[in-house]
Amino acid sequence: MSNEATAHDHHHDHKPPFFQRWFCSTNHKDIGTLYLAISMVAAIIGGLMSWYIRLELAEPGIQYIDDFQFYNVLVTAHGFIMVFFVVMPALIGGFGNWFVPLMIGAPDMAFPRMNNISFWLLVAGFILLLLSAVIGDGPGTGWTVYPPLSDSNFHPGPSVDFGILSLHVAGASSILGAINLIVTIFNMRAPGMTIHRMPLFVWAILITAFLLLLALPVLAGALTMLLTDRNFGTHFFDPGAGGDPVLWQHLFWFFGHPEVYIIIIPAFGIISQVISTFSQKPVFGYLGMAYAMSAIGVVGFVVWAHHMFTVGFDVDTRAYFTVATMVIAVPTGVKIFSWLATMWGGSIKMEVPMLYALAFIFLFVVGGVTGITLANASADLVFHDTYFVVAHFHYVMAIAAILGMFCGFFYWIGKMSGKQYPRGLAKLQFWVFFIGVNVLFFPQHFSGLAGMPRRIPDYPDPYVAWNYISSVGALITAVGTLLFFVVLWMTLRSKETVGANQWGVGATTLEWTVESPAPFHTHEELPDMTGKAPAE
Amino acid sequence: MLKRFFALLPAGLIYLLGGQALAEVEMRSKPWQMWLQEPMSESAIKVHDLNLGLMVLETVIVIFVLALMVYILIRFNEKNNPVPSKTTHNTLLEVVWTAVPILILVVVAVPSLKALYFTDSNPDVEMNIKVKGNQWYWSYAYPDNGDIEFDSLIIPEDELEDGQPRLLSVDNPLVLPAHTKIRFLIASNDVIHNFAMPSLAIKVDATPGRVNEVWTEINEVGDYYAMCSELCGVNHGFMPIHIKAVSKEDFAKWVVEAKEEFADNSSSDQPKTIRLAEAENVTR
Repeated sequence: MSNEATAHDHHHDHKPPFFQRWFCSTNHKDIGTLYLAISMVAAIIGGLMSWYIRLELAEPGIQYIDDFQFYNVLVTAHGFIMVFFVVMPALIGGFGNWFVPLMIGAPDMAFPRMNNISFWLLVAGFILLLLSAVIGDGPGTGWTVYPPLSDSNFHPGPSVDFGILSLHVAGASSILGAINLIVTIFNMRAPGMTIHRMPLFVWAILITAFLLLLALPVLAGALTMLLTDRNFGTHFFDPGAGGDPVLWQHLFWFFGHPEVYIIIIPAFGIISQVISTFSQKPVFGYLGMAYAMSAIGVVGFVVWAHHMFTVGFDVDTRAYFTVATMVIAVPTGVKIFSWLATMWGGSIKMEVPMLYALAFIFLFVVGGVTGITLANASADLVFHDTYFVVAHFHYVMAIAAILGMFCGFFYWIGKMSGKQYPRGLAKLQFWVFFIGVNVLFFPQHFSGLAGMPRRIPDYPDPYVAWNYISSVGALITAVGTLLFFVVLWMTLRSKETVGANQWGVGATTLEWTVESPAPFHTHEELPDMTGKAPAE
Repeated sequence: MLKRFFALLPAGLIYLLGGQALAEVEMRSKPWQMWLQEPMSESAIKVHDLNLGLMVLETVIVIFVLALMVYILIRFNEKNNPVPSKTTHNTLLEVVWTAVPILILVVVAVPSLKALYFTDSNPDVEMNIKVKGNQWYWSYAYPDNGDIEFDSLIIPEDELEDGQPRLLSVDNPLVLPAHTKIRFLIASNDVIHNFAMPSLAIKVDATPGRVNEVWTEINEVGDYYAMCSELCGVNHGFMPIHIKAVSKEDFAKWVVEAKEEFADNSSSDQPKTIRLAEAENVTR
């Protein structure tokens, strides 16, 4: 295939008409694009919710949100939307769909039609979630949906039921997507593309897909029990009839903890590709990186109760979960050091994706070390349910994942659209966003240390200083987000095109061997990887 | 000693700026506070020391990684190092960066677990307090002091008197003797709440259908403020906890007065059997 972007070979590139192409699509690239689009729409909605929350919290007293149920609904919906409809669709559905087949040398996903239903189930789930917020009083339960607050005594009306159905549908979407990715990666690799030659992004998606497959059915079971508790007179979580509200917490967090790795591991994959590309050097310790991710995935299933240190466990149980949680720091450290070692000795190009990758490492380290504090059940006696936890998980999971998404976007937008993003504006966007999120979330460590609880619409007056700064940070972040959409718009309208391999010798994976934008069908003749060096 | 000094530094600065320390402590957050509230029980001191050590360790890690990144970006950028190396393995290095974190974690785990087991329970408690969460107020009972019982509700903003902090003041604070080992038995009447007190390192869920326990011994006479720490519905942000720690003598006097004041609660209109059933619920 030609390396010249101008030498497009259009004869095999027949695209279906609009409705068929975007509504009945079975093409992995188009479905990937759809996933990215819904992620952006959801990000605007979820972002507006969080900015409204920060507006209310900028000053003590009640300024804007005098309906506290509505405040709780905002908190709940922000969490659900960001986790299930922004990060997961972008990283797994979007970049996973687009680049797993391209990177392993497969023409498409293993089950193209199932791919289509995965996406449209997600749309249905998103609509159900939005309905849950506007029908009835809305679910003011937090994204953790703890009963009895979420049962029919304390949340009568259909809101919570809509929320449950939304997660059911979105969960089914994710399970189908995970099956598709696993089957694709196991069965459709090009000749010579052995498991140990797969790019780390593919490894990351494979591990994530297994986590989804094992964790989501547990959530589905718990949600069904809650649904029958609410509507059909069962008492799984009702202490008045022999049920146990803490059972819900076990089931929820057995899903919920792997879920945070589901969110961050695909970002690990993107960062590995980008660091290697722009250091112009293969990934350091490839096998160590792959198995560190696997180890994080496995250990992630046996640490769930560190979210529940205050429920009244036996002290030995808390001791176990303290130690098990700390173990996760080891493979995580291996990843951080391997990224640094990849850069060591490299010839580093400071393109925008690389800036995002470096910012990711910094934020992930800051968020990771506070995780060591929170792993201690004794420290949790002061930190549980404070803003310290909010700062921790936004650093390590939420913002890190968003940086991973931006990183992937700028790394691959040339391949996806064939266009060059505006470099200067993209750099400005990076700095505004990076400074914004740090001003937004770093002061929350202080609020949390000083004891400010989460999920409250008003706070005692002394907390005002750090809250005000945090809200200013939210404003800066909002500008950064707006700039991203300007960059996106300018990129798509840009006249400047990019070649097949935009990034030069550092970009060694297979997606850079097809032209840009990637044609509708790629790898129709399978690339032969036999005897090639391990892909990194 | 040095550790305690640094732990108290932010709060100490506030005191210096705001005038001399009061005879009675007032434990709540201060403006611009960047650190934990001052520890006022043995458990809290252990937790705070642990946290200080962890925070130092974590700051060192962040600075180390950041410095390494800056060095790499200067030393190995395109201009300074045009030809990239091909090194992708160094077994010794990989073993070291796996083993060193494990060692650090073992060093962390020892004091952490010691603190955890210390905070868990104490067999020598001198009195019990029953705490019950309700939407959206706390109920307290003194089973060892003549069954005093009362509810503790937030004081609305327009009824605050001078010196009463907003969102933290209640009509009936939980009066407790200082220098006494107290066991809290914590339950809930409706949804899950969380009974918390940062300066005493207390944070325990109040869950319907089960009784959780925690113990403390308050070191100083004064006012201790906190808020419910588990989302419990519409007015979750408006059910503060106010512990008023007094000397043992003052507590004995208060018990006598409180028996009068809250006599109505004890001889309430409810039939005795129901009240017994409730009590069993709490202590079960």
